[in-house]
Formats: sequence, C-alpha cells, structure tokens
Amino acid sequence: MVAVQKKRDQPWLMRTYSGHSSAKASNALYRTNLAKGQTGLSVAFDLPTQTGYDADSPLARGEVGKVGVPISSIEDMDQLFDQIPLDQMNTSMTINATAAWLLSLYIGLAQRRGIDAKKLSGTTQNDIIKEYLSRGTYIYPPGPSMRLIADTINYTVKQVPKWNPTNICSYHLQEAGATPVQELAYALCTAMAVLDRVKASGEIEPAAFPQVVERMSFFVNAGIRFVEECCKLRAFGEMWDELALTRYKVEDPKLRRFRYGVQVNSLGLTEPQPENNVQRIVLEMLAVVLSKGARARAIQLPAWNEAMGLPRPWDQQWALRMQQVVAFETDLLEYEDILDGSPVIAAKVRELIAGARTEIDNVEAQGGIIAAIESGYIKRELVGSHMNRLRAIESGDLKIIGVNCFQETAVSPLTLGSDGAIMKTNPAAEREQIERLQAQRKNRNADDVRAALQGLADAARSGENIMPSSIRCALAGVSTGEWGDSLRAVFGEFRPPTGIDIAIDSREVLGKRDQVTDLRARVASTGAALGRPLKLLVGKPGLDGHSNGAEQVAVKARDVGFEVVYDGIRLTPQQIAQAAQEEGVHMVGLSILSGSHMELVESVLQELRLRDLANVPVIAGGIIPPEDAEKLTSLGVRAVYTPKDFNLNTIMEDMVNVIRECNGLERLPAMN
Amino acid sequence: MTEVKLPDPEQLASGILRGERAAVASGLNLLDNKLAAARDRSARLLASLSGERWLNDGHLIGVTGPPGAGKSSLVAAMIREWRLAGRTVGVLAVDPSSRPELGGGALLGDRIRIKNSSYDEGLFIRSLANRSQLGGVATEVWPMSWLMLGCFDIVVIETVGVGQTEIDIAEIGDTVCYVAQPASGDTIQYLKSGIIEIPDIFAVNKADLGAAAHKTASELGRSASRPDRREGWDYPVCLVSATTHTGIKPFLDHFDRHRSFLTDAGLLGKLRSRHQSAWVMRLLKEEFGTFGLELAGGHGIIDQRLSENRCNQFAEYERMRMHILSRFTSGKSSSNSTR
Repeated sequence: MVAVQKKRDQPWLMRTYSGHSSAKASNALYRTNLAKGQTGLSVAFDLPTQTGYDADSPLARGEVGKVGVPISSIEDMDQLFDQIPLDQMNTSMTINATAAWLLSLYIGLAQRRGIDAKKLSGTTQNDIIKEYLSRGTYIYPPGPSMRLIADTINYTVKQVPKWNPTNICSYHLQEAGATPVQELAYALCTAMAVLDRVKASGEIEPAAFPQVVERMSFFVNAGIRFVEECCKLRAFGEMWDELALTRYKVEDPKLRRFRYGVQVNSLGLTEPQPENNVQRIVLEMLAVVLSKGARARAIQLPAWNEAMGLPRPWDQQWALRMQQVVAFETDLLEYEDILDGSPVIAAKVRELIAGARTEIDNVEAQGGIIAAIESGYIKRELVGSHMNRLRAIESGDLKIIGVNCFQETAVSPLTLGSDGAIMKTNPAAEREQIERLQAQRKNRNADDVRAALQGLADAARSGENIMPSSIRCALAGVSTGEWGDSLRAVFGEFRPPTGIDIAIDSREVLGKRDQVTDLRARVASTGAALGRPLKLLVGKPGLDGHSNGAEQVAVKARDVGFEVVYDGIRLTPQQIAQAAQEEGVHMVGLSILSGSHMELVESVLQELRLRDLANVPVIAGGIIPPEDAEKLTSLGVRAVYTPKDFNLNTIMEDMVNVIRECNGLERLPAMN
Repeated sequence: MTEVKLPDPEQLASGILRGERAAVASGLNLLDNKLAAARDRSARLLASLSGERWLNDGHLIGVTGPPGAGKSSLVAAMIREWRLAGRTVGVLAVDPSSRPELGGGALLGDRIRIKNSSYDEGLFIRSLANRSQLGGVATEVWPMSWLMLGCFDIVVIETVGVGQTEIDIAEIGDTVCYVAQPASGDTIQYLKSGIIEIPDIFAVNKADLGAAAHKTASELGRSASRPDRREGWDYPVCLVSATTHTGIKPFLDHFDRHRSFLTDAGLLGKLRSRHQSAWVMRLLKEEFGTFGLELAGGHGIIDQRLSENRCNQFAEYERMRMHILSRFTSGKSSSNSTR
C-alpha cells in the first residue's frame, strides 16, 4: 500500500562540508552538489586561511588547499561563488579566528556584484573560544578574540540581519572528549560570555537586544548513543529558553528558540571496516531529527571514509543521500514531536539539565568560561573525559565494532579501488595558489591597500568596530595574510595552556595496570642501558591545531616513564629538528591530521639529516592512508600510527622497541 | 650489552668553545649519561673545558619562584631584550618528574613558553627533568650550566621554587632572581620561610595588575634589605610585566650591575669555585656515600685539594674518584683474602 503523502514539515537545510585545492575546483564541486539536491553550502577553508597566513608564508608550506579551499583575497572569493547567486544561497563558513575577514570578503563581494547585504543569509562559525580547547585555529588572545566576535555580531545585527554571526560550538568539545553534560554546560557558558560582551560594548540599544539573542545559533555534535543525544538537544532547548528569559529578559518565545546546525560525530568513525560508519552516521542523524521540538535547522554529514582521508565526490553524495532518504522517504516529517510525553525521555532530560546546571555554576564561580580556559580547568576536564573514553575502549568496556570486538572481516570491495578510496587533492594546488596570489598583489592599487590596512590597524587600536575597515580592505584587494598580520601587530598572538600542562592523576588514565607496570620497567631498563632516561619530542608541524592525539601520546609516554618535550602546535620542520637537537631526544613523534603529512614529514627528516641527527628515529601519527604510510616508511620513518591503533599501551611498547633497535639493543618480547 | 657510541671529549670541548650547536647538544647528552664509560668521558670533557675563563667569564643566572608566577614568560621577555642587545643565551629549564613508583616520567613544557616563534642561532634551550631530587635541582644541572657557560654570554637556569630548589639554585647561579606573583599567599609563605635570604634580585611579575603588585613589591622590599646581608648590594625589587613587556630593561640592568658588583668585590671567582666544589662533593657523595668521602680523606681534605686546583677541580675530582674506586676494590679483595 502506498500512503498518500500528508502535509509534511519542511526539511532542514542539507549541506556537505567541502572545499579543497583551489577556489575554482571547489566552485565546480559546489555546483555539482547543488545540482544533486543540496540546499545550502558549507565551506571548508584550508589552514593558512583559517589561521591568517598567505599561501606563500613559510608556515603555510604543505598546507595550502589541503583541508579546504585557499582564500587569499576577494578574487578567490569571487571565483569560489562563480555562477552562484549570493542573495539566494545559504552559506555556512567554518571559520573562526579570521571569521571577521572572510565575512568581510563575502560582504565585499556582494557589494561588488550589486547585491544588498540585507539579502545575504548564512553563518560564520566564529566561536573562537572553543578553538583554545579543541581544533586550535586561534590566533589572538581571548580578549581581542571576544572583541572580534562581538564586532561581527554588532555589525551583522544591523547591516546583515539574516546572517548568523556566530555558531556557538559544542561540536568540537565532544570531539575533544566532552560528555553530554560538559557539552551543554560549556556551550551555554560560552554563549553567555559572548552575549555579555556584546551587551557591555553598548553598541546595541537595550530594546534591540532580544534580536541579538535571536541571532545566536549553535553547532552541535551527535554521537552514537542517540537516545541520550536526542535528550541532550531537548535539554539544550529548555536551558536556552530559560537563560534567554531570565538572564537576557527576552519576552518573545520565538526569539528564544534554540537554533542549531549539526555535523555528526567524527570521533567515533572507524578506520577498520569503514563501511560500518554508514549506519553510525545514520543513527547519529536520528538523534537530531527525531524530536520535532529539538530538530536541527541544518545538517551536514561526514562521509563513511572520513577516518581514512578526504572523501571523494561520490562519498559526499552518499552522505547527502542519507539525509534525503530520512527527509523524503520516511514518514518522520509528518508528525508532531513523537517524544513528547515520554516519561523516560523526560527523566533523562531532567538528569542532563541538573548535571549541566551544576557544571555551569562551577564555571561561573571560577569567573566564567574565559577564566576557566585560562586556568586550564576546562582543558583538564576534557582531557580527563577523553582519557576515560580511551581507557574504556582499551579495556573493552566500551565496544566498538570492528575495532575492539568483531574484528574479523571479509575483504571490502569498497576500499579496493586504485585511488585507495579517498580523494587526492591537487598536488600543484599550492604552487598555483602562490602564483595566483602573487599576480593578484601586482594587480591592485598599492595606495588603496596601504590606506585600507592603516584604517584596519587604527580601528583595531581604537576599539572601533572592525568590520567596516575590514570590508574596505577586502575591496582594496588586501590578502588574508596581510589582514591577519595587521591585527597580530596590535593584538599579539596567543598560546593557551596545552592539555599536558596539567598533571593528570595517573590512576585515572593508565588503563591496564599490569601492562603499565611492564611498560615502566621497559622504559626504565632501556634508559639505563642507554645511560639516561628515555626522552621523547612530540611535535606538531604545520598549521593543523588538532592536538588531542599528540597530547594523549605525550601524557601516556610521561606516565610510563618517558621524559617528554611537548612543543605545542604550529611548528616549522626546522623548529622541530632544532628542538630535537637542543633537547637531545631519543625519538621524535610527529602528529599530523591535515593531510599534509608527506611534505611535512619529509621536511622534518631532511632538517634532522642537516643536523646530523639521521639516527634519531622518527614516528608519525595521524590520518595517513596505507600507501602514504608505505612511502613514509621508505623515506625512513620508523613507524606510522593511524586511528586504528587505538591502544596506547601497544604504541608505547612499539616505541620502546623502535628506540632499542635504533641503538643496537634487542627488541623486547611482546607484552601479555 | 650494546656499544653506545660516545663522542671524543677533547674534540667535543673544542667544538663547544667554537659555539657549535651540535657539539653543545652532544656535550649535554654526555654529561647526562650515567654509563661508566660516559662518566669518565664527562670528567674529561669538564676538565678540558675548565680554566680561568670558567671563574671569570659569562653570567650564570638562576630564576625561581612559585608555580604560576609567569617565570617562563618573564624569561622569554628577558631573552628578547638580551638577543636585541646581541648577547647569546643558553637556557636550562627544569621541570618536576613524577615519583619513581609512578614511572618517574616528566612533561617538559617550558620550551613552548620560552621560545620566540622565529628561528634563532643565538638561543639554545635544553629542558630537564629534576629526576626526583626531593624537590631540589637534578645533579646534572651543575655541569650542564658550566658547559653552556663555555659558549653563551648568558646562561639561565629556570626552576619552580619549592624550598630546596632555592637552596640549590643559590649553589649554581652567580645571580639569583626570585619571581613573585602578586596577590598570592605564596609571597607571605616565602617571607616566612627564611629563604628570602637567597635571591639577589626580586621581580614582581604581572605588574599590570596594579595595586596588588605594588603591595607585594613593598612587602618584599621591606624584608629583602636586611642589614645582615651581603654588604654593598641593595637587593632591588622590580615591578615587571612579561605580557605587556614593561619594566624589563631596567630589571635586566640590575643583573649586569650585580655581576659588576661581584667582580669588583672579587667575589665572582670565589663564588664559582665554591659552587664547583659543592657539586664535586655532592657527586662523590651520590656515587660513594659518606663512607666513600671518608675514604678520600673526609670533607676537610677534599675541600683543601679542590681549592688548591681552583681552575680545574674536575681533574682533581677524577683523581679522587679513581682513588676511592681503588680503595673500594682493594678493600673488597682484602676482605676476600681474610675469608
């Protein structure tokens, strides 16, 4: 029987997070995706664009066009949206430290095309707070960062009223290990910090403040425990409504609605048996669509092969089709909220709200989210939660199919293709982008550029809203690096506490006790045989700021007895080799998740050879496809670890053996 | 047992004196190495590096203070000034180790806070774990700082101050600086502890906090200049801010002034020679215990022999070591023969 379709709710905005190589290649991809039924765009920027460097900066080496599209100036923005009508598009930009700049380029482009800014709709992520905790693409210290957020809000509320100027992100907190209660608490604390800052700026009339509250939107994660996740979103809605009413006196309930977009969980996607990720993604999406009252406004789904590398257009199409099947084939959109009235759901929501309130009070008592970040409290809590999760996976208490149980598998035809089942970015992209940028620099009026940059620096110093002068910069042809450097000169640069500054109680994080005792003995005896304690350098070359993996390895290595030098993120290969020399380490561990592992690891090896340190073993970890891993090994890398190597004890055991082999000692027998 | 490749100490010494970074790094590794063969070479390395210069040249600076006072940021600001003035800097950053029963590992995170982002040939940073020296400074810090003195204008030793550390740092540095944190109970505890006798210069960091910083500075100022302390030195208290980079230059002038004071008063050579003796004693005791020291003739005799050879105490150390070792082995064989 075919049911006659009843009146259905409008589905959410469907997007795919994408962008790579160049503005031209990404534009082609966007137009294909729109033709396939995607209803909005979600732009992924490369790391130099996200961290305010030009493509020809030494720090950008190997990173241009890797994790997203490089946007160096308004000309790139123009090409990215070639034949895409800005006034009819809903564009989401995952951009934070340089959000004010990319938004200025977008507004500047609209102006150049004669489009009224009031017609632009979309979102800039622009939550710089969570960059300090996860993701790591911050540039400036918290004070100026909060000001940049407030400036974009103050500007858009008046000039670009359909824009969502900031997306408070709990997404990345979950990726960094947050529990649902922590996600709720820290996201709401961040929202309060932002709203309080906007209020304090005095740029908005008190009567207009409810409009500011209304423009606040959220970017949320959804993990595989989809019942709890669904309750989390209902809890978010209730808590936001209450907060808007009591703290910000928003009387109109429509302006208090919790509006959010979603990318479902990447942390739980697996490299072994990657086809299982399909059902994980679909179940995670259920969490954010099931309950009508707490349904997402926009959804982007990861692809099944995300733990292996960048997805290809076909992989992204599959992710889009998952959304379309749920929205158009199932009967979900024909009903009111199907969870209303369930006592089980209501009880769970109450439990989450109670937990989140306690944690919010705790953070507020410490002086709010910024103070709690600067003191290292939040990072410590997140690293602690993440280590608990890893320990549960190691012990088997947390089951992950294909990873720590049911590992046996037939050969998957999905991964057999000659492309390794992942997307290859254009290897010439970096060179081409540099040429494009250098040509563009010659083509602009130097006086206009100088005047625009002067205006920007003046605004930064005086406290005047940064947006008008940034838009002038955009129109004058200023580059992303020039904008970033001008503000760096005024605001300074920031390095927040890393997770490892914080001594973590070893009893909490160690995992299997007998193995740890064994590992400590191995580290100690190997150190004794070599004459001094084993010393490890953990380095993150390039611009990628995802430091969780590096921090876990550093903490674990410390716990089994290594002396660990951790140098933080954004290092050049030269700095890493120099540190290896000055510190006299027995091993260098590199962590790279941006896909630029080939260039960066090769440069580090070369820099080490230049310093006569070719005998210091180098290991690498990250999202590294098997054929790249083979190439790295042939270049001299002693071991490559990927997401399938989830057991830190095994990695430690292996690291000790690599050090032993490189120093003429025998390997130790396998641990029990 | 494997052959761990060890460098030739004499060649290494000439490389270090020429300021070759690779030689400095490899010399530090050698001084850290506990293998018997390495200890012999370490003693030879120190012997070939030492001389008059080690009693007169360069500036050894100890920086200490409670956790969270912003020592690393302040050291970074100091380095920036020194480098602008063209002076080369070596840093030993000491961090705590976990207890031996918890694996004895350490996270060394100072480098990230000290380092400027750009590459700099005139700056060398080595991080070091204190290896559970009961709160004090690892024994390796002494020779490592002397090695650095062989090729850098200024050598800074940065440690977290927890009682014993201050006492140790006073046995290493020519000039000791205490970094205080405004508005914290630490300073009061510090004033009470009597360790305030040790530092030559006080810095109150985070001067941008305003009144709280001034209050701490005046508390320190009142207690620091006590009449029973070293004559002719004024124990300055400086308000500085590493974040806003204010007060750094006048603060650094005090270091130069203190060094001139030591030289003019004829104290520098004596101080260093005393520090070297203290370390040799510490090392002998660590290796052979009180009984071993007695075998070498006891404190008095050792002190005398070291002071007779002030320019090269390490050759003397090596001779004493050999002597004790031979007494141990002969004692052992004699006990065997009586059996």
